[in-house]
Amino acid sequence: MLGKLDWSAIPFDQPIPLVAGAVVLVAILAVLIWVVVKGHLPYLWHEWITSVDHKRIGVMYILLASVMLLRGGSDAIMMRLQQAVAYQSQGYLPPEHYNQIFSAHGTIMIFFTAMPFVIGLMNLIVPLQLGVRDVAFPTLNSVGFWLTATGALLVNISLVVGEFARTGWLAFPPLSELSYSPGVGVDYYAWSLQISGVGTLVAGINLVTTVLKLRTKGMNYLRMPMFCWTTLASNLLIVAAFPILTATLAMLLLDRYLGFHFFTNEAGGNVMMFMNLIWAWGHPEVYILVLPAFGIFSEVVSTFSGKALFGYRSMVLATMAICVISFMVWLHHFFTMGAGPDVNAIFGIASMIIAIPTGVKIYNWLFTMYGGRIRFATPMLWAVGFMVTFIIGGLTGVLVAVPPADFMLHNSMFLVAHFHNVIIGGVLFGAFAGFEYWFPKAFGFRLDERWGKAAFWFTFLGFYVTFIPLYVAGMLGMTRRMQHYDVAAWRPWMFVAAAGMAVLSIGVICQIVQLVVSIRNREALRDRTGDPWDGRSLEWATSSPPPVFNFAFHPDVRGEDAYWDMKAAAQQQSLDHAAPEYHDIEMPRNSPTGFICAFFATIMGFALIWHIWWMVILGGIGAFATFVVFAWRDHDEYVIPAAEVAAIDRINLEERRSLVSMAGAL
Amino acid sequence: MNLLDPQGPVAAANSTILVDSVFIMLVIVVPTIFAILAFAFWFRASNPRARYQPDFVYSGRVEMVVWAIPALTVILLGGVAWIGSHQLDPAAPVPGTGSPVRIQAVSLDWKWLFIYPDQRIATVNTLTVPAGAELNFQLTSSSVMNVFFIPQLGSMIYTMNGMVTKLNLRADNEGKLQGLSAHFSGDGFPDMMFDVNVISPLAFPDWVATTAKTDAVLNEESYTKLMQQGIEKNRLTFRLDDPRLFDLIASQHIPPGPGPELLSDAGRPHSGGHDAR
Repeated sequence: MLGKLDWSAIPFDQPIPLVAGAVVLVAILAVLIWVVVKGHLPYLWHEWITSVDHKRIGVMYILLASVMLLRGGSDAIMMRLQQAVAYQSQGYLPPEHYNQIFSAHGTIMIFFTAMPFVIGLMNLIVPLQLGVRDVAFPTLNSVGFWLTATGALLVNISLVVGEFARTGWLAFPPLSELSYSPGVGVDYYAWSLQISGVGTLVAGINLVTTVLKLRTKGMNYLRMPMFCWTTLASNLLIVAAFPILTATLAMLLLDRYLGFHFFTNEAGGNVMMFMNLIWAWGHPEVYILVLPAFGIFSEVVSTFSGKALFGYRSMVLATMAICVISFMVWLHHFFTMGAGPDVNAIFGIASMIIAIPTGVKIYNWLFTMYGGRIRFATPMLWAVGFMVTFIIGGLTGVLVAVPPADFMLHNSMFLVAHFHNVIIGGVLFGAFAGFEYWFPKAFGFRLDERWGKAAFWFTFLGFYVTFIPLYVAGMLGMTRRMQHYDVAAWRPWMFVAAAGMAVLSIGVICQIVQLVVSIRNREALRDRTGDPWDGRSLEWATSSPPPVFNFAFHPDVRGEDAYWDMKAAAQQQSLDHAAPEYHDIEMPRNSPTGFICAFFATIMGFALIWHIWWMVILGGIGAFATFVVFAWRDHDEYVIPAAEVAAIDRINLEERRSLVSMAGAL
Repeated sequence: MNLLDPQGPVAAANSTILVDSVFIMLVIVVPTIFAILAFAFWFRASNPRARYQPDFVYSGRVEMVVWAIPALTVILLGGVAWIGSHQLDPAAPVPGTGSPVRIQAVSLDWKWLFIYPDQRIATVNTLTVPAGAELNFQLTSSSVMNVFFIPQLGSMIYTMNGMVTKLNLRADNEGKLQGLSAHFSGDGFPDMMFDVNVISPLAFPDWVATTAKTDAVLNEESYTKLMQQGIEKNRLTFRLDDPRLFDLIASQHIPPGPGPELLSDAGRPHSGGHDAR
């Protein structure tokens, strides 16, 4: 009846996951009860859960990412503590638990923190920057989000029901094959990534289509803000790379469920095939994450320097070059396979070539600052911190692209330090910069600057105190994923890294405090203009938060930095006071399709993991039926009457006029 | 295990390339970081002496320089990578004094087996080699992937079931080094560290002779027992019964290691939950 599931799946003898799971469960229940008792449920259902508004979905993506950042961060704290104490001892985590933690940490941070964070920001901002009213496929957008959430949910269920993979975040066979990992851990891993992978692919298709097909009047490709360009590049990579991940994991699952031999030791399976395939996805994935971050920094540096982006066309070229070359370098993840000198050298050099457009980007940001009038608001601090940190990460990255150096550093703590250097210093700093920068746009009030700056400094310093020691440990021969060790020379560095983790945690706490303080002081921090940073692109041309239809009129774009030009023009010739003529606006209706579909997908995923076949069929039919119902819908749009549009827009226009006349008076 | 304290020519060359590459890059990285901080500081809004040039958004000369700097660096480093990859290919010969020593390394769950086919002996978790001689490694795995790595001798390489990788090393100085597996392979992975005894070429034959006197014999049967999952605390030594044992392992005539089912607590049915923790 319940497949492999029985009471032994609950880890009654393991206090850490059990207590953690119980606390989370109680917290979730408490929130649910509070929501129901307070009568917020209809609001949540109509305004958020079933919403197909790209802004709402973007916010939910970021919320999911933030929650998972805390989960992945707790894993990181546990790992640092374990390695600090596990010198000539077992530490406090047995290997089977420790191995789950580092596997979960990697999986969560990449798939359920970094990915939703950047996809959330793209969802929130790109349609606004393009001057359009929604993404190309609003309901699909909601489906994509909820499927991602399903994956995250399954990973977290594994905390208390069964186990998570103990194979590392890429589940290399043959270790991940049934004979060496007979438990459900790898199944949790694979099914949660299969389901969330569909969500990511859908989001990618949606955003590519949005950028290619939905741009406002005059917004040709070479007038798009840099963030739209990096969004395009990143989502093209998603569309090209995620099917590889899906296919690879499907093959692994066929091996595990139906006795196939794609990657087994026996019967002609080939583990190196998995290595090639997973990195053919895995390397582009790195750029899927970091390209949007580059876009965010481009916006931030340009806005806070009070200048247009330096060398815009050069930046576009660099972005697209990275997009293409990133597909040609995957082999550098396994130089130590013994493939021969020509193969290694060619892939090593190809990997270094990516450093050229990346270096160009750094220099272009540098010259954007040159001759600027730089305001050091929190987003700009993250941007400068990023530039310094990312260069160091780039240096160590090019270093491990030199095959003979990689023969010493492959899989070492040095490598761990390198990719945290680029992912924290690049993606996470970028996500935080974007969060601080666009928060006022999403919610209509700014975030507290003092706590924001404190968060930056603690995170920045904490990062160095944590990861410089790992570079050193790598140079001392320490390899990654050690549950315990007997080498005395490594120990002091593990202590320092643990201390650095504490500083990093303070940074995260500051960020949470910042959010709480800002919400409490929201009236003081209110942004009535819609343009709190003196921005340059179209998202600042509408109110904060934007009305559901974003723009009452499709903005007319006449150059790069569209909104900056409009402001400049308005100041010169004073605003046109003729009352504009408003029209009805059609917007997509809310749809529970995404939520219901994800509900069934969760059931199906859980049942597949535990081999509960009747439930698999139930979930599959449910998910399919949801699509059928959606496909047969009659009314998918509703009309906002012109009068309402006019009322909403006039308030915004008044605020803006007073702002412009004030600026003009100065 | 310091990478910057190499004990053989391969590690010395590896670490030279490592250090050189870092210095080549530092030549542009340090000025760039300095420029970032300097520009950010000088052009702060509160500095009245900084000139605001909002129209400085394109300059052909600057563009040429910013594309050229990383490109030239990469050309230089690319040369280092190309030459280095060829000279330091793991399979490239490493000339040494005396006759080369052939060693066949097998990664087991979770221990290292070193077979000396010419000396007809085998050891577990200790590698004893003569100083100065070329060491020809052939490597494979009994089950999952591992990476063979002696940090102070250089160049790590994968071990994979059903496949043989080649690695040539040389240890120059007598002494005790440590090796490890550099690819996660399961619960016993951290215990896959092994000792490397580099002894004088004169003492090596004596060590071989002493080792060959052991009662324990390594053949298909004792190998099958050895490859069961577990951690080996004793430094076992064996007489090698069949010098072709490695080929039998690498060609999968001896089937791959069984994984957790045949552990000492076998017999309990394997459900995922039970396996969980």
